[in-house]
Amino acid sequence: MKIAGILQALLWRDIKLAMRRQSDVVATLFFFVVAVSLFPLGIGSAPSLMHAIGPGVIWVAALLSSMLSLNRLFSSDYADGTLEQLLLVPMPLTLILAIKIFAHWIVAGLPLVILAPILGLQFDMGAKDIGILVLSLILGTPLLSLIGAIGAALILGMRGGGVLLAILVLPLYIPVLIFGAGAVTASVNGISPEGALSLIAAMLTLGVVFAPFAAAVALRISLE
Amino acid sequence: MLKVRALECRRGASLLMSDFNMSLEAGQLIHLQGANGTGKTSLLRIISGLSTQETGKVLWNDVDIRTAREDYSSNLIYIGHQPAIKDDLTVLENLTVSLKLNGVKVDIKRLEEALEVVGLARRKNLPARVLSQGQRRRLSLARLWLDQRPLWILDEPFNALDVQANKLLEERLDQHLVSSGMCILTSHHTPNIDKKLLTEVSLGL
Repeated sequence: MKIAGILQALLWRDIKLAMRRQSDVVATLFFFVVAVSLFPLGIGSAPSLMHAIGPGVIWVAALLSSMLSLNRLFSSDYADGTLEQLLLVPMPLTLILAIKIFAHWIVAGLPLVILAPILGLQFDMGAKDIGILVLSLILGTPLLSLIGAIGAALILGMRGGGVLLAILVLPLYIPVLIFGAGAVTASVNGISPEGALSLIAAMLTLGVVFAPFAAAVALRISLE
Repeated sequence: MLKVRALECRRGASLLMSDFNMSLEAGQLIHLQGANGTGKTSLLRIISGLSTQETGKVLWNDVDIRTAREDYSSNLIYIGHQPAIKDDLTVLENLTVSLKLNGVKVDIKRLEEALEVVGLARRKNLPARVLSQGQRRRLSLARLWLDQRPLWILDEPFNALDVQANKLLEERLDQHLVSSGMCILTSHHTPNIDKKLLTEVSLGL
């Protein structure tokens, strides 16, 4: 009961803080929409082309905009000293980070999932394909937050951390991108997306179990 | 009871302390002294479990704090250099969250009383970003009136406080020690409390 209370307070705190800084959340979403919309303008909007690039473009943009907000995951808590206090909360750090990552997903990942259908329409996707797109993002975006948290914990307190974070985290995002975009492409081409989706689900399961633990170890090293 | 045994601490290449021993018993306050850069904050961070030492041990009731981290943290209040206040939350929200995160049952009446004591009652619904340095310090110290834990580790708690708040904190320290609490703090002036309870420890090789 006590543990649930503590975790609930942390989740409330992180979401409330994000809501008090709505401009950050909105900026990330705006980036997502604009980045996706630039492609048809640059490449041209022939329907066959749209079908071919749509899934990949939406997924790449989701990946980049989720990464944009990773920096904030720990850095503001680090700057004002609240991260120290979180380390002293009488509870395993792994659990605390799991909650922080979940809060990050609600603020930075879930809105992408909600916006994606509109962007899917832009690429002339059918209802079924949009459904697969949403499903792949629901499974994939939490994985982005989980993997990103390890990177964000490692670079904490470093100068020029933003670029380093991208270099560190983007290669790790590749499998998520391949199977995420792959699932939607398969569906657009009339092939079953089940295999790719199952693989992302498997990766997500692994991520939920191991990523908070890895991030906790990384955070303790960074804060020494 | 807190014991520090044969502690060695380095920052980068420089040796801050070696074979450092200390013990803290119920009802005792240790005032750490030392010039800038002698490792007062480093020592407090090691004792609170935030940093690791090169060698040596910190024992809480004869158990290494590394092996019983959660049990130890639930007996401890650490207030560091930074006041650990979220600018975007209000004064009341800041206090509520810091208590809830430490598993303390929040009673809004007691919270308001504590804010009254530290002189922030009229500002309770303002965002913390409008507070002055001294008010921030008062807010982070407000937890000392609400959270009953035996061991306090305070890094420069008197910094930025005015004369009246200084006295208030000294009174609270006195109360804490009399009810067999323990405290270890750094400060540039000697806290004005009962000399029998006070132990001075000087750092610096």
